[in-house]
Amino acid sequence: MLRIDQLTKRFGRQYALDQVSATLEAGQAVSLIGPNGSGKTTLIKCVLGLVRPDSGTLSLRGEDLRLGWEYRRHIGYMPQTGRFPDHMRVGQLLDMLREVRRSTCDRLDEDLIGAFQIARFAHKPMRTLSGGMRQKVSASIAFLFDPAVLILDEPTAGLDPPAAEILKEKVLAEKAKGKLILMTSHLLSDLEELTTEVMYLHEGQLRLFLPVGQLKSETGESTLQRAVARIMRDSLNAAAA
Amino acid sequence: MKPLSPALQAPVSTLALSPAAAARRIRPAAMIRIVRYVLADILQSRFVIGYCIGLLAISFGLFGLSDSPVKGLASLLNLVLLIVPLASLMFPAIHLYHASEFIELMAAQPLRRSVILGSEYLGLVLAMTAAVLIGIGIPVAIYLPEPGGWALCLAAAGLTWVGTSLALLVAVSARDKARGIGIVLLIWLYFALLYDALVLLLMFAFADYPMEQPMLLLMALNPIDLARVAVMLQLDLAALMGYTGALFREFLGAGPGIAAAGGMTLLWILLPLGLAFRRFSRKDL
Repeated sequence: MLRIDQLTKRFGRQYALDQVSATLEAGQAVSLIGPNGSGKTTLIKCVLGLVRPDSGTLSLRGEDLRLGWEYRRHIGYMPQTGRFPDHMRVGQLLDMLREVRRSTCDRLDEDLIGAFQIARFAHKPMRTLSGGMRQKVSASIAFLFDPAVLILDEPTAGLDPPAAEILKEKVLAEKAKGKLILMTSHLLSDLEELTTEVMYLHEGQLRLFLPVGQLKSETGESTLQRAVARIMRDSLNAAAA
Repeated sequence: MKPLSPALQAPVSTLALSPAAAARRIRPAAMIRIVRYVLADILQSRFVIGYCIGLLAISFGLFGLSDSPVKGLASLLNLVLLIVPLASLMFPAIHLYHASEFIELMAAQPLRRSVILGSEYLGLVLAMTAAVLIGIGIPVAIYLPEPGGWALCLAAAGLTWVGTSLALLVAVSARDKARGIGIVLLIWLYFALLYDALVLLLMFAFADYPMEQPMLLLMALNPIDLARVAVMLQLDLAALMGYTGALFREFLGAGPGIAAAGGMTLLWILLPLGLAFRRFSRKDL
C-alpha cells in the first residue's frame, strides 16, 4: 500500500534518511524505532509531505506523494506534541477540521471522541488543556476521518493508562479492518501487543524491517523489547568488528 | 450526493474538469473556512485587544490635548508611524512561530500549503487592521472626519499590511524564533529610525549635486516614508511635509502623488507576500 523507494534526505551534511526502501501493506501495524536522531520523524514527515525528500520516491496506493496534496485524504496524523492555537476551543478545532475534510472522506469515525469524552471539555480553550487531554484531542483527530493510513507519533506518551488502553484497542480494531498503522515509540513494551512489524532505523539507514514473529524466532527472545535490544547489540558488535 | 435542481446544474463543459482544475475551484472556499477559525483565535489574543485599546487611548489623548484637530493629527501621525509598523511586524512574527505546530498539523491535512499560509496571513492582517481601524478610526471620526483624517487611517492600514507581509516572509524563512524576531526588529529599526538618518547623510554628502529625483526614489524604498507623505499630501500641511514630501508634491502634485505612494505600498505588500508563499511551498516543516 505504501511504497518507499530509495528515500534520501540530507540536512546539511548529515543524512537524516539514507536510501530507505520498504513496502508497507494494509493490515500491518509497523513500529518505527531507533535512537533519537535516527530519522524516524523525518521518515514520517516525508510520508506526510511535510518534508521534501532529496531523492527517492514515495507512493500510496500507486499515487506519487511528491506531486500532490490530495493523497493526504487517506492519512490520519497524530502529532507528538499537539500544540494548538491558544484561544481556539476544542470543539472549534474539531469543527474546522470537519469542514476541511468532510468532502474528502466517506464517513466520520467519532469512536475516540466518544471514548475520551471529548464533549465534556469541548468548550475549553486549547491553552487550558493538560498534555494528556491534548493527546486525546490529537488522537481523536487522527482517527476522525476514517483514513486508510494512520500515522501516530509517540501515541501513548502522556496518556494515562486507561486512555492508553482505549487508544490501543482502537488501533487493534482499525488494524483488523485492514488499515495500515505506522507508529513511533521509545518504549517498545508499550506497543508490543499492537505491533506486527518492526522497522529499525539507525543514522538514517533502515537496519531492520521484519515481522515480529520472525524477529522473535530468529533471536530466540520472547519479548519484542529483548529481541530488538539483541539486534541492536549485534549490529553494534558487527560494526565494531 | 444530493441531486441538483436543474437550474443549479452546471453546463457539461465545466463539469468535465481535470482533478487539478477541480481542486483549484475548491481552494478559496477551504481558505475562507480556515480563516474564520484562525481569525477568531487571533482576535481573542491579549496583544490584539491591548493594541487596540492602546491606540484608542493615544489617539483620544493627542486629539484632546491639542489646540486644533489638525495639530493633533500631526502628532498622532508621528506616533502611528512608529507604533503601527512595530506592532504589525512583531505580533505576526511571534504568532507564526507560536503556531508552527498547528501549521504542521494543518499541512498534514489534504490541503494546499498556500491555503494554510493564506489563512494565517489573512487572519493576522484582518485582526491587526481591525485593531488599527477601531483604535485610530473612531477618534478620527469624532475629531477630524475629513480627508486628512481618513488618510491617516488608510496609511496605518497600509503599514499594517506591509508589516505583516514582511513578518510572514521572515517567519517562513528563519527557522529559529529568536533569530526571526531579531530580524523583524532590525527591519523596524532600519525603516523607522535609521533610514531617514542615512538619507540625510546622503543629502549632505551630495549637497552640491541635484538630488531631487534620487531622493524621490529613496523615499519610495521606505514604506513608512510613503505613508507619511500620503497623509501629508492629503493634509496640505506644507510646513510639516519636510524635504521629501515637498519634493513629492512639486513633482507629482497631490493626487498623483498619493496614487504613486499607494502603488508603491501595494508593491511593498505583494512582493514579500509572494516570496513568502514561494518559500513556504517548498519548506521542510
